[in-house]
Parts: sequence; structure tokens; C-alpha cells
Amino acid sequence: MSVLRFSKLIFGSATVFFLIAPLIAILPLAFTDSVFLNYPIPAYSTRWFVELFTAGVWQRSIINSLIIGCGTTVLATFLGTVGALGLRDKQLSLVLTTIKTVFLLPMVVPAVVLGVGMQLMFARYALTNTYLGVIIAHTVVAVPFVVVNVLAVLQGIDRRLEQAAASLGAAPVTVLKQVTLPLALPGIVSGAVFAFATSLDEVVLTLFVAGPNQRTLARQMFSTIRENISPAIAAAAFVFIVGTVLIAIVVNFSRGTKRAKEVR
Amino acid sequence: MNAPRLSKQVISLALVAPLLLFLIVFFALPLVTMMKSAVSDPVAARTLPATARSVSSWNRTSPPTVEMQAAFVADLRQISDDQLFGDLVRRLNSAKSGFRTLMPKTRKAALDTAGSIDLVALDKRWGDISYWQAVSVAASSKITDRNLLAAVDLQRDASGAIASVPADASANKAIMLRTFVMALTVTGACVLIGFPFAMIAASVDGWKRQLLLGAVLLPLWTSLLVRTAAWFILLQDRGLINSVLMQSGVTSSPIPLIFNRAGVIIAMTHVLLPFMVLPIFSVLIGIPKNLMPAAASLGAHPVRAFLNVLLPLGLRGVVSGSLLVFMSALGYYITPALIGGAKDQMISSVIAYYATGAANWGMAGALGLVLLAATMILYAIYLRLSSERETSP
Repeated sequence: MSVLRFSKLIFGSATVFFLIAPLIAILPLAFTDSVFLNYPIPAYSTRWFVELFTAGVWQRSIINSLIIGCGTTVLATFLGTVGALGLRDKQLSLVLTTIKTVFLLPMVVPAVVLGVGMQLMFARYALTNTYLGVIIAHTVVAVPFVVVNVLAVLQGIDRRLEQAAASLGAAPVTVLKQVTLPLALPGIVSGAVFAFATSLDEVVLTLFVAGPNQRTLARQMFSTIRENISPAIAAAAFVFIVGTVLIAIVVNFSRGTKRAKEVR
Repeated sequence: MNAPRLSKQVISLALVAPLLLFLIVFFALPLVTMMKSAVSDPVAARTLPATARSVSSWNRTSPPTVEMQAAFVADLRQISDDQLFGDLVRRLNSAKSGFRTLMPKTRKAALDTAGSIDLVALDKRWGDISYWQAVSVAASSKITDRNLLAAVDLQRDASGAIASVPADASANKAIMLRTFVMALTVTGACVLIGFPFAMIAASVDGWKRQLLLGAVLLPLWTSLLVRTAAWFILLQDRGLINSVLMQSGVTSSPIPLIFNRAGVIIAMTHVLLPFMVLPIFSVLIGIPKNLMPAAASLGAHPVRAFLNVLLPLGLRGVVSGSLLVFMSALGYYITPALIGGAKDQMISSVIAYYATGAANWGMAGALGLVLLAATMILYAIYLRLSSERETSP
């Protein structure tokens, strides 16, 4: 039995190492003084962070990512939340079940296939090389995450709360505003976070739909890795990884406080 | 259906309508556009209307008639847009090489001289009926199956029968096979690592389980691009892995890990492993904890208990996870594009090349259609399996 436990320990640790180590190993390289991404690091400096936030192309791409990310978050959260409200019943009719499947399809269709189609179609309506076009493209792939997150929370809401509000004379809109949406807020927030993260990380659709003026941070990282790798990549990756961990902590924390409130 | 239920249904439909409309316009329509580009072939029919009419009565084996030649010259005189003419030349040349020089020469003659022209005297290629066959095929229909056939290395020969292209002419079958093999390799690697790992995660609890699951979720939450960048940096000839190997004396010169198949498989396995672990874990966690002790109490050896009890139950998770991983791996673009060499490019890279590099929308659409169909079939199987699980707990 101890052999089994030992091999479990070894295999578990090795896999955790395989999953986590690559992400940790590149963090120190963000602080290298050299122009090469190699260990050992000759001297430490923050020059690549300075480069990331001041060099024209990087700065522009960060601003673009924020514009497009915010646009996508607003559009996807609105469309996804309203759509999820229509799908909240546990016993869905056949039509609504089909619609639910359709809502999740953008997660499945290969990005390159969708990108080719979008480039062809968007060109006809002058949407290529525009911010609106990129926001729409990102919203298509971000919206399933909002639907899934909001739906999960909605299905956990006790319907009697809404029925009670309605029986006390609240109009349906008031019930929605005062009861349903506040209760669904955690799902809406995590859906919005996922939508923003999806937009931030999107490369393939951006390659097909965006022009040079809409070059996002992810797109800029993609071409930097492809053409002339520089430690600015490690600095950008550092920002991404630390940001991810912070968001994970915040989301966990907000869930924790919510639970604590419920207990009280 | 009674009235309250009906009105509820109407409200639900009204709520899903905005997103449904949005996805029809910006998700379904682009896919339809892409599929149409695979079969649409309007340029010759649009630019050569008179020729199209006159070849309709031609049997495609006798020498070209005088009317056909006159109609063709008349059509050429009508084309004023140089870009449109360029599209026509490219279309014809893709069916039969030689049109690239023949067409500008013929057009120049048609524009320079009024009246009828003896095309065969102008260029003896016009006496070759295979050129006329190409013109006739291109002009007589606005849709074509040649892109779809070319996507699977087939073509129509002079008589219109389907035949395979010469072995050296196209590599699409080889690319599909490569995509399939790479996706399968990644899926296999994910099963080998993910299944035992999910079993370990399900067998422990408390902080240990949190740690193991956190290790799966953190990469899942981290940007795909960042993970690919991390592997790019680690796998370089002077990257961390090679420096460690060289300093510990395992190897004296760097092992090539980047721009080859090994690097792509390692990075893709890392990226897709969470999609294998999570479905298996969720199945294993649903198995009652007392099943294994029950098997042991009945005298089963732990290995036999594992093989007969846990493995069959966990296998459903493995199937779901494998479908997810395989489906995602088939359409992968970023990781092979950055970590792979020229010989490790998968079908997505070829589609992207046809679309952005060669502006050959027909081929991009046809290969996209193949990839889309494969993905949709796998997704349908996945949905079927997961709905079966919901109905039979």
C-alpha cells in the first residue's frame, strides 16, 4: 500500500509541477536586464516593464485591448444576461433547448473557421478594420461564458422569493430589478470577468477582422513571439499571470463573503 | 398548452431573441458566407456571359466553333475592370495553367483590332480543346465543387469524372492526416497524465485536493497566449530546459525542442490537460466512496477492484474529456503556429494561409468546411453522451 501512496505522491507532484512550473519559470525573466530570455539572469531591472508601458506599439495595443475589452464586456454581459433570463426554466421546451445549444456553439467552432467567415462577411459591411467589428467578433466568442455563468446562478435562485414579491404587488419589472438581478449579480459579475478575459486573450479573430489600428495586446504579443522575441513578452506575461491570480482571489473572496452573509 | 404557460413561453422567447438575432447575424452568417465561398465560382459566368450561352450547345469534344470564338472575343471587349479581368485569369489559370499568359495576349488583340479575330492563328493554344473545356466549365456555372474536391486531394478530369490529383500536386490529405495524428497524440498524452491525476485528486481531500485542482484551474484561467509564450521561452535552444539538461550533464548540446513536433505536443498537452482532468474528476467524484471497500470486502484484489469497478465508471469521464481535447486540438492554431516548424502546421494554419496569405477564399472555405464538419460531429457525440449521463444517473 505504501508503494501506491508513494507513487501517487510522485505522480501528483510531477503533474502539478508540469502544470504550474512553466508559468512560474517565466516570471523572473520579466525582470531581466538583458535582451535575451535566458537563465541565468545577468542583472535585474524593470526596463521591460518601462518598455511595455511607454513604447508606442505596446502602449497603443494596451489601450486598444482596454477599449475592445470594455466594449465586449458591456455588449456580451447585456446580451448574455438577457438571454440567460429566457433560459432559466429547468424544464425547457424543445425550441429553447435548441436555442441554448446554439448559444454555446461559439465556444466549439474552431476560431480560424469563424475568422475566415467573419473576414469575408465583415468586409461586405465595412466592419473589418473597425473597433466595432472587433468588439462584435469578440462578443460572439465571449457571450457563451456570460450565458453559462448567469444561468448557473439563476437556476440556484429560489423562485418563491420572486413569487413572494409578485404576490405583494410588485410589477414584473420591479421583481426583476429588486429581486432577480441583485440575486443573480455574482453570476453576472463573473460572466463579465470571463467576457473581458476572453476578449483580452483573443488572437485568431483579431488577426482576421482587425486592422493595424486595432492591434490588441494579445495580437501584439503573438507577432512579437513570431517575429522578434523580446523580454517585453515576459513582462506582458507577468502582468497577465499576476492579474489572473488577483482576479481569482477577488472572485473567491467575493464568493466567500457572500456565503458568510448568507450564514448570518 | 394553457394560457399562463403560453405567455411564459412567449416571454422566454422575447428574452432570448436579442442574443439569438445577434448570433444569427454575426456567428451563423459568417459561417454560411465561408461555406458559400467554398462552392461559389461566379467570376467567369459574370464576365463571360455570351461565351456561357454559346458553349451551352457545345459537346466539349469537337473543335471550338466560330460562334464560341466570336462570343469569347466579344466578352473580352466588354471587360473594362482590370481587377475583374485579373480574377478571371486567376480562376482560369487555376483550372489549366497557361491562361496567365494566354489571356492578356488575347485581350490585347481583342481590344486592338475591331471585328472578328482568328484565335487559333493568334495563339495555337486556342486550337487545343482543353483550354476551351476549362473556359466552358468555368463560364457555365456559378457554383463549383472543385474546391471541395481539392480539399480532399480530388479533381475532375477532362471528361468531368472525379479522379485523385497527382501525388505531388497537393498535400491536403497529408495535412489532414497530420492534424488527426497530432490531435490523437495530444489526446493520448492527456489521458495518460489526466486520468491518474484526476483519480489522485478524487481520492484525497482537504488542502491536497484544493492544491491539485488549483494546479489545473490556474493554467485554465491563464491566457492561452501567455502559456504558449512560456513554453516558447522554456523550449528554446538556450532556454531553461536545455540549460538544466546541459548543466546536469544529461546532454552536451541543446536538444531541439522548439519548431518541431515534440515541442508542439508538449505545449498542447499542457494547454489542453485541464479539459481532460475536469470531466474525469467530476465523474469520479460522483462515484460512491464505499464501492471500492465493498469490492475489497468481497475479496477482490485492489488491482481487480480498480479494473472492474473504478475504471469502467471513470471511463465515461475519459470519453468526455477525450472528445473535448480532441475536438479542441483539431482546430488549434496559435500553439502550432508559434511553437511548430513548417512540418508541424495543422489544418487551421493551412486555412489561415489560404485566407490571409494566398487570398484563395475558395480553398480556405472548403478546408474550413471540412474542419467545421469534423468538429460539429464530435461535439454532437459529446452532447449525446453528456445528456445520457444526465438522464441516467
